[in-house]
Formats: sequence, C-alpha cells, structure tokens
Amino acid sequence: MIEKQFKTITFTLNGKQVTTSVDMRESLSDMLRNDFGLTSVKKGCEVGECGACTVLVNGEVFASCIFLAIWADGKDVLTVEGLVDVDGTISDIQQAFIDETAVQCGFCTPGFIMSAEHLLRTGKRYTRDELRKELAGNMCRCTGYHNIINAVEKAMNARLAKKAGKE
Amino acid sequence: MVIGKSHKRVDAFDKVTGRARYTDDMCPKHAYVTRILHSTIAHGRVVSVDTSEAEKIDGVVKILTCFDVPDLPFPTAGHPWSNDPAHQDVADRKLLNEHVRYYGDDVAAVIAEDYVAADRAIQALKVEYEEYPFVIDPIKAAQDGAPLIHPERQNDNILAHSDIRIGNYEEAIKEPGLIKVEGWYYTPTVQHAHIENHICYAYREQGGRMTVVTSTQIPHIVRRVVAQALGWPWGKVRIIKPYIGGGFGNKQDALYEPLCAWLSLQVGGHPVKLDVSREETFVNNRVRHAMPCHIISWLRPDGTFAARKLELWSDQGAYASHGHSVVAKAMGAFPQLYPCDNVEADSWTVYTNKPVAGAMRAYGMPQATFHNECHIEDIVTKMNLDPVEFRRKNCMPVGYYDDFSKNELYHDTFNQCLDKAIALIDYDKKVELYKNQTGPVRRGIGTSLFWYNTAVWPISVETSSCRMILNQDGSIQLMTGETEIGQGCDTAFAQMAADTVGLRLEDVHVFTNQDTDVTPYGSGAYASRQTYIGGFAIKQTGELLKAKILRHAQKLTRMPVAILDIVNGNIVRTTDSRILMTVGELATRILYDMEESEHIAAESTYSIRSNAYSFGASIAEVEVDIPLCRAKLLNIVNVHDCGILINPKLAEAQVHGGMSMGIGFGLYEELLVDEKTGRILNDNLLDYKLPTTVDHPDLLVDFAENPEPTSPFGTKALGEPPACSPAPAIRNAILQATGVAINSLPMNPHKLFAEFTKAGLFETL
Repeated sequence: MIEKQFKTITFTLNGKQVTTSVDMRESLSDMLRNDFGLTSVKKGCEVGECGACTVLVNGEVFASCIFLAIWADGKDVLTVEGLVDVDGTISDIQQAFIDETAVQCGFCTPGFIMSAEHLLRTGKRYTRDELRKELAGNMCRCTGYHNIINAVEKAMNARLAKKAGKE
Repeated sequence: MVIGKSHKRVDAFDKVTGRARYTDDMCPKHAYVTRILHSTIAHGRVVSVDTSEAEKIDGVVKILTCFDVPDLPFPTAGHPWSNDPAHQDVADRKLLNEHVRYYGDDVAAVIAEDYVAADRAIQALKVEYEEYPFVIDPIKAAQDGAPLIHPERQNDNILAHSDIRIGNYEEAIKEPGLIKVEGWYYTPTVQHAHIENHICYAYREQGGRMTVVTSTQIPHIVRRVVAQALGWPWGKVRIIKPYIGGGFGNKQDALYEPLCAWLSLQVGGHPVKLDVSREETFVNNRVRHAMPCHIISWLRPDGTFAARKLELWSDQGAYASHGHSVVAKAMGAFPQLYPCDNVEADSWTVYTNKPVAGAMRAYGMPQATFHNECHIEDIVTKMNLDPVEFRRKNCMPVGYYDDFSKNELYHDTFNQCLDKAIALIDYDKKVELYKNQTGPVRRGIGTSLFWYNTAVWPISVETSSCRMILNQDGSIQLMTGETEIGQGCDTAFAQMAADTVGLRLEDVHVFTNQDTDVTPYGSGAYASRQTYIGGFAIKQTGELLKAKILRHAQKLTRMPVAILDIVNGNIVRTTDSRILMTVGELATRILYDMEESEHIAAESTYSIRSNAYSFGASIAEVEVDIPLCRAKLLNIVNVHDCGILINPKLAEAQVHGGMSMGIGFGLYEELLVDEKTGRILNDNLLDYKLPTTVDHPDLLVDFAENPEPTSPFGTKALGEPPACSPAPAIRNAILQATGVAINSLPMNPHKLFAEFTKAGLFETL
C-alpha cells in the first residue's frame, strides 16, 4: 500500500493568492498543469534539461519540473498566462515573439518567454552574445534561435527606451 | 493578394499565451497511465515474464506482456497505403515483442492509476531472457554469418538492395590519364529531439470504435496502421491530431498509437495515456539512419567526370519502419547532383540490433549531401581546382530532365544560389584572407550544394483533399488533411485559400486539428510536400467554391458570371469595379432562402503526377582552435530556390531551423551505442548534445525565387532542404583552415583530435 501524503499550500499564482492541497511528491509543473489548467507549462524532459516548463518563482527562473510543488508555499509563481492582461492584451515580449516569427511548433515558446521576461525585468541591456548565454537553458528544435534572440532583443530595446523616456 | 506577404502566423497568439492545446492538454484526468518494460539485452528471446509481484502493487490495473499480444505483425512507416502488395511497407513488428531485437525493445506494459504505481510495477517485473549474439555495424550485419535479426522473414539481414547503372563504369575507368579520387564518409545515428515527446491516449467510444488522440504528423496514415495492428476495419478507428510540439519525421511513423489503442481495449476501452519519456524518445521512437559510404570518382585532367562509383549502407536498426526508401532517396542524388555518363551505385538497407531508424528531416539527404559534397571537396583539393568553379561546371545543368520523376531543372538555380551566398558571406575576400595560415588558430570557409526533390510521386501516391465551408458572414472554414507541425502550413494554406477565393486573410479560419472523422484525406507532413501538394487541392477547391458563389451572385445581381469576381470578400462587377454585395450578404441570403436554401461548401481531391526539384547551397566560415581541437562556426549562409515564397518571414524561419539541425548534425550530435551491450549511452538532453543558443551564430538566409511551373502557386519544397548542406560546408571550411579532411560526423573535439593526430597537425604548430 502506497501512503499518499498531502500538504496544503498557499501561494501567489499569476498575481492571485491560491490555496490547494497537493501530493508532497508532485512537481510544480504537474500541479500547475493538473490543478490549475495552466497548459503553458510544458513538459519536455522532466529532469530540468529542456527548459519548456520554465516559470518564475519569486522573480527567479526555475525549471518547474524539478521544483517540488510544496516549495511554492508562500511564494510568488508566474507563468505565461500571468503575462496576459484581464482584457486579453498580451505583453510586449509575447507580441515580440509573434512579430519576429519566433514561434514555430510553440512547445518551447512559453518557457522561452518566461526566461526572457526574467531578463527584461532586470532592466539591464544585454548584447546579443549575452542574450545567447543567458537563454542557453531553453532548448528549441524548430527556430535555430535566430528569431527568438531577435524577439528578446527587440522587446528589451523597447522596454529600455520606454524606461529612459520616463526618467 | 496575400500570397508573398509575411503575414503573422495564424496560431502564434495561441502559442505565446499557452492556449494552444497539445495532446497532453486534452487528456481526461481519469485516464490510466502506462509504462513500458524495455529489454535489457540487445538480442534474444523472452523466456518468461513474472508479473506476480508487480500485480500486487496498489494502483496497478493490468499488466500485459509479449505473450498476450495478437500475432499480427504490422508496418509502421508513414507512407500512404499502396494498392500493390509488393510495394507495401514491411510488417515486421508486434505490439510487444517476444523476440527482442535491440536493447530497449518493448517487452511488457503496465497499465496503472498513476505513474508511481506504474514505475514500481515495472521494477517488480522479472524477465528471463535467452540471449543471442547481436550486431550493431551495418556493414558487418550485411555479411554472411551475422546474427539473423528477422529469421522468420529472411535468411540475411539485408532488408533491401537497389542500384543505379548508367553507361559502363568498368569500361570507362580504362580511359588513359584518369585521376582517381576515393573516399569513405560516415554519418552517425542522430535523433529528432523535438521538444514535445511523442504522446497519445486512446479510448473506446460508444458503438465500439477506438479513438486515439496523438502527437503525429500523419493522422490518416496512423488510422490505417492502428486498424492493421488491431486487425480491425479502418473506419472503426478515429485519430485526432491536436497541435504538436515538433516532429521532424519521428512522428511520421506510427509510434505507440497501436499499442496504446490495444492497451485501452484490454481495460474495456477506458482511456489510457501513453506518454513517452525523453529517454524513450531517444531509444524507442525513431532515429536518423547512420550511413557509411564509399565513393570513387575518375576524373579527366580537365576536371570533368569520366566515371563514378557509390556504395552506401543504411543502418536500419531492429525494425523496418521506412526501410529502404530513405537510402534509395539518398542514392538518387548521386548521379543527379553531378551527372556523369558512367555511374555504378549500390545501396543496402541492413537490419542491426539498434534503435529503429525512420524518417528524419530531409530523408537521407543530409547524409547523402555530406558524403557527396565532402567527396567533391576532396576532388578539388587533390586536383588543385577552385571549389566553387568546379561545382558550377559539374553540377546539374539547366534543362536537366529526370525521366523517372519527371523533374526538370527549369532555372539557373545553382549559380543564382551560389552567387547570392558568395555575396552575403563575402566569400572571395575570405578565401584569399585564409590562404596559407599558420599558428594554432586558423579560419576557413567551405561550400556545399544540395539536391532535394519535393514529395514522393511517382514512388507513392501524392494526393490531398480540401474542404471549404462558407459561413454566413462570408468567411470560410478551411480543412485539409495536411498537418501543422510547427512549420507554418496553416498560415500558408490560409493565404492560398484567401487569394484563390478572393477573401481577406482574416476571413479564412483554418481548422488546425485533424480529426479523421471530419477532415478529408491528406497524407500529412513529410517530404516537404504540403505547400506543393496541398496547394493543388486548395486551388482546385477554392475555384469550385468561388464558382458556386458566383453562380449564386449571378442569380442575386442579374449580372453574368463572366463579369463577376470576388475581391476582398466582395462580389465585384469587373467592368466598372463596382462592389455589388459582400460574400457575407450572399451567403446569408442563400442559406436562408425560403425557396432554395444552400449551405455553400466545396470539397475536392487533387492527385498530382508531377514533382519538383528544390535546390540550394550553404557556405560556412569556421575558426579552428587546433590545440583545443574545436571548430567554431563563425558565419553560415543558406540560399534556397523553393520557388515563390508564400510567406517570406515564415520561409526564412524554416530555413533557420533546418540550418540549426544541420549544424547539430555537423558539429555536435550522435547517439552513442555501447559496443559491449548494444545499449544507448546518451539517451537524454544532458549527454546528447543538442545545439543551444550559444552554439549558433546569426543565421544568414536568402532565396532565389524562381517560380516552379508545375505548382499553382509557383512553390516547392522548403521544410527539409535547409538541413542538408550545413554539415558538409562546415567540414569543407575545416579542411580549408587546417588541410585536414574530417570524414566522419559529428566534427567534435574527439574526432578532430584523432584526425589532427593522424595528419600530424600538432607537430606543425
């Protein structure tokens, strides 16, 4: 007989506080997919190699497949669904992926967008080479990364210009 | 006109928001899950499977073994059915196998309520094997006395052999003064490594039919294969294909859909999910055929070919899958890319005790392009000729016609592609700059052409169907059997349909998820066929729909059809360009007509009997750090003639992806086999080196846009061709930089160290 062990956790998910009971062995990616219907969180390897399940936890990049769901307790979790406004307006980085033809099969896309969002939130200016280094944890087999780097660079420049305009 | 414009992908919004539904997103939560027990020997027979301990585990629903499956061998290749029994795919595997033929073969399956139970049950299964000798080298496997892998089918391991004979090779090589150039070239086993692993789930519906929802490129073909494996009539099987996370040919096979359907039947049709792990994707799906190759060319001192010979072995692995058709295509390039009056070519497809090889992006052509273009470089190196000029002089000439495929080279494609590539990468300057280098770090620049032909006619049927349904607002639903797998065909098809009917792009709604109960027949995503073949069906169906709309327009406007047209969703009188009514008004009036209502729709099938060459070139620039044995790709350009671009930005993106796969093939990727056990050593993304962002330079792309005369939209293959020529271009660049020919892929530090040592390169530093 396998004893199931559950724990009740409370955390912020895409800006909203949620409470759920979760199997202590479950990964964050499984919980987000199965309990919250967040289909942007993809599973490509389940051992933290491919980056398709990337989410932000307290603003840091994590492979949610090797992050236990119970560790989310008390934390702030952000997925691609959380980048979309209530009225359905998508974020600048999502729009840049569309505009730069950085999407093909789409399976790596949400994870890539979350890694990129993390970079954009630092407010730093990265060179193309630095962007390549920072994004090397996300794998894509369709695009050769060229348009993905273009999209991230474009969104970064736009955000930095906006910030400079405000200051 | 919307064709030729870079419209945004129709599926991009859903994909950047996570709303696009892939197979796992649709699976019911109460579905049982499965795990497969894979053999831990490379070759042998399962004597027994003891399931007693595993069955006691809480949560285990049922355990099935190789002794339970029906004795119904089935084929898996994603080829259309052939009415000619001699041309049908080889049916050489069962759902689970008692005779295990590679390390990892499917022996038993556990159906359980969750993965914890399933995994524990797999560990508790006890298998007894009788071991046989095994063979992993295709050339050795082809020899007499090799362990027989399919003794019930054949008394050797050669699945097939074919040849090409032109002129008289033996006589031709007697010509005095000929220069002989000979080489061995090797391309390894690599894997598609799409980011979404193969996944499917199956359930039985009311009425007893079986539905399989699956990540596949070929829903209509998978339907037939599942029916064959179950021994069922084809119509009782329904396949649904949601969005898929890449395929690249791996999913151009019936992978685990037949087993999943059968497992569901064993539990009363309850939904059963079969979610393949990354490790299983590497070992238990399909791989690219490894191909050792031997080429001899005999040249006259003026640099023309007198005679050429090719021997090519294709490592099939344990089961036939796509079989000989892959190497047959590879061999076909040899006499065509560089025509010669005297050619002797032979190819063998050989079973080995290894993971099964199937279709992978460009179907034998990355292998053949590496073999052929390395050899061309060896010729020009030996004879001290200019590599670009030699290619220009000897490659397929304009007007070349192949009587078998009816393909013709209509345009000066090769020269145009070379000219553009040379200009983009500043080739001439760099060739000069990189001459006579010394020192530990050297640069080089190398060239490769490639040969590719679109689609599979006349080897198999080429047919595609399309349905268009007019809505009351004047928009249409567009359905084809051709599948969106990331390449962007839904967008290209929408553009084709909009232009054909005369609608705005936003008025074409593409039904992206094939459902064999709903979508008309199309063979699916392979052979870079879909924009070419699908284009015929869309053009024909669009014209049928347009004719129907205009007939009704004549009734409603009193104007003769001859002076009516549809432009941007409006019925227009062509004589004065006046808009008479919108297509939406027409559709609504006709559908709700009290006298004679009609739901306006059109459907048709187009079967083509033509084919199209799709050619191009790569030039690569590398920097080789000799002491580190590391080749770094600095620049690479691909130029393609794929006819008219339906959507230039999407076309460019396709080329980027293919180049990336070619770079991985050239520098990084190889599935390693333990020679002692036959086990795959690097079945994960940590140990199998998939190129990441840092392993790519910016990718340069251009096109020579010559309209393909046989296509209604002037288009032809683009999906696969970009993967063909990067690897040999990189190899030829390393040769220019160092003087050392690397004839075996991947060109990683291990290989470079061995070859540099052999060449004595370290002593020259």
